[in-house]
Amino acid sequence: MQCVELNSGTQIKGAAGIIETKGLHHVYRGHEGDTHALGGIDIRIEEGDFVAIIGRNGSGKSTLAKHFNAILLPTEGRVLVLGMDTRDTGLLWSIRQAVGMVFQNPDNQIVATVIDEDVAFGPENLGVPTPEIAERVDAALRQVNMLALRHHAPHLLSGGQKQRVAIAGVLAMHPKLLVLDEATAMLDPVGRAEVIETILALRSIAKMTTVLITHHMDEAVLAHRVIVMDEGRVVASGTPAEVFAQPELLESLGLDVPLAAKLAKELIRSGLSLPEGILTAAQLVDSLCQFN
Amino acid sequence: MPIQLNNVSFTYSPGTPFERHALRGINLSIADGEFIGIIGQTGSGKSTLVQLLNGLIKPTQGTVRVGDVTTTDKGVRLRPLRQMVGLVFQFAEHQLFAETVAADIAFGPLNLGLDPSEIAARVDEAMLTVGLPLEMKERSPFELSGGQMRRVAIAGVLAMRPQVLILDEPTAGLDPRGRDEILTRIGALHRERGITVILVSHSMEDIARLVSRIVVIHEGEVLHDGPPREVFCSAESLSGIGLGVPQATEILRRLRLAGWNVPAVALTLAEAHGFIVEAWRERSGEA
Repeated sequence: MQCVELNSGTQIKGAAGIIETKGLHHVYRGHEGDTHALGGIDIRIEEGDFVAIIGRNGSGKSTLAKHFNAILLPTEGRVLVLGMDTRDTGLLWSIRQAVGMVFQNPDNQIVATVIDEDVAFGPENLGVPTPEIAERVDAALRQVNMLALRHHAPHLLSGGQKQRVAIAGVLAMHPKLLVLDEATAMLDPVGRAEVIETILALRSIAKMTTVLITHHMDEAVLAHRVIVMDEGRVVASGTPAEVFAQPELLESLGLDVPLAAKLAKELIRSGLSLPEGILTAAQLVDSLCQFN
Repeated sequence: MPIQLNNVSFTYSPGTPFERHALRGINLSIADGEFIGIIGQTGSGKSTLVQLLNGLIKPTQGTVRVGDVTTTDKGVRLRPLRQMVGLVFQFAEHQLFAETVAADIAFGPLNLGLDPSEIAARVDEAMLTVGLPLEMKERSPFELSGGQMRRVAIAGVLAMRPQVLILDEPTAGLDPRGRDEILTRIGALHRERGITVILVSHSMEDIARLVSRIVVIHEGEVLHDGPPREVFCSAESLSGIGLGVPQATEILRRLRLAGWNVPAVALTLAEAHGFIVEAWRERSGEA
């Protein structure tokens, strides 16, 4: 087995996926009884994966994601991040450095008064030497296309720009996995498009391993793999084409299929000869033009 | 409860270096029982506009008249206005505070000084209107799902029996079914009670599905004002200001660019389906 050297110097065993959960259960203890939020999750996320997680509010998506960097620990079962068990508190910093999260509210994630200082916050806390921090901040802001605004105050930014700064803050920590937990939910259409373009650019240039939690099915179709959750379990998983080919299942789970996919299906039902597996407006229009 | 905005401007921090003109010279009249969608980019002035409607803020210039109340009149009592115009903020569930669902919903009516039996009746009515089972009354609102919490917050506003209901992004962050349920309830509320509903949303799907009139705000001014079919015709001008059209319309737009003979606007999937099937047959016939 090869060994991977982390920045912190921790030695871990190679050949592990980026994330591996084994029989993961999570129970929230509450005043009105316990909530069994996760009921046995076994998933693996490999290097380079682009995974979307969908599921209704309360299905356990965010609870699951919070296990990816030890914000939550399993009540039962195990979560391995690059082979590191999240229950081992001695590995906490290595785990947090390896998995960066961006949350829903753009206003809750910015700590500094100037953008580049905000992006520097993570690497500073990792003890990265100052000249390298400057390099990392530059690179991260360039990756999210915010370098020009580096000396601006965060509160003057749009929601989409704030989320891009939040992503840069994560990138500056050189993570192995980027987790976006409904990072576009509070944004207007322009902001959403900015964030999605940023993610796609990170995918194509840096091959960043990405987990995207979303209620927008048109975002989920961009992933390579879609995991569908319901009541704390994985109920379906596959390529977007496979998952969204089951509109009945998705609707029974309170989810939806992308409008273009639904429309394509109904057009086929009306006798139009279109191929199966259409997911986006562009694919639908191309197919319509090609087959007629 | 007709609403009339005459030449309304609003400036934040006037006379300071932070002065910002949020709205300029807005003229708008909203008749009783209308269902209006307000769209615009973040920072366009939408939220400022809706806050003017229940007197939370007063115009720097011009007048806002709701029924027979003009918000800038000297000695005007704004309390009755706030009862008549209910405002549900974005992520309204962040404002829940009480120990039980019922207590949270009752907070407004309690402050109106209504008697307990009337308050109880209003709580029940509001819960049923938003589709919350009455068994939930004694539960803590903080242990509900996101969609349920959102509904508790809306019920709190409905318990005031407003004649105008303003909802700022009521479906943001909800799953597809949660979105659907809230929109269906709002649609029914409008149909059955005839109250005026003003829906602020980034979702062109939601807007297309429900409203009969769209007001597009851009940089503090009204850019378009008309029925959805008319407003969504100008896809280019909307995308130029960072807005979109419903996906059904977008598909037709792309087909038209490819030379298909389909109408420019479809508000729903069913409509787009009909148009495409017709055009397909026409094209097949020619071929």
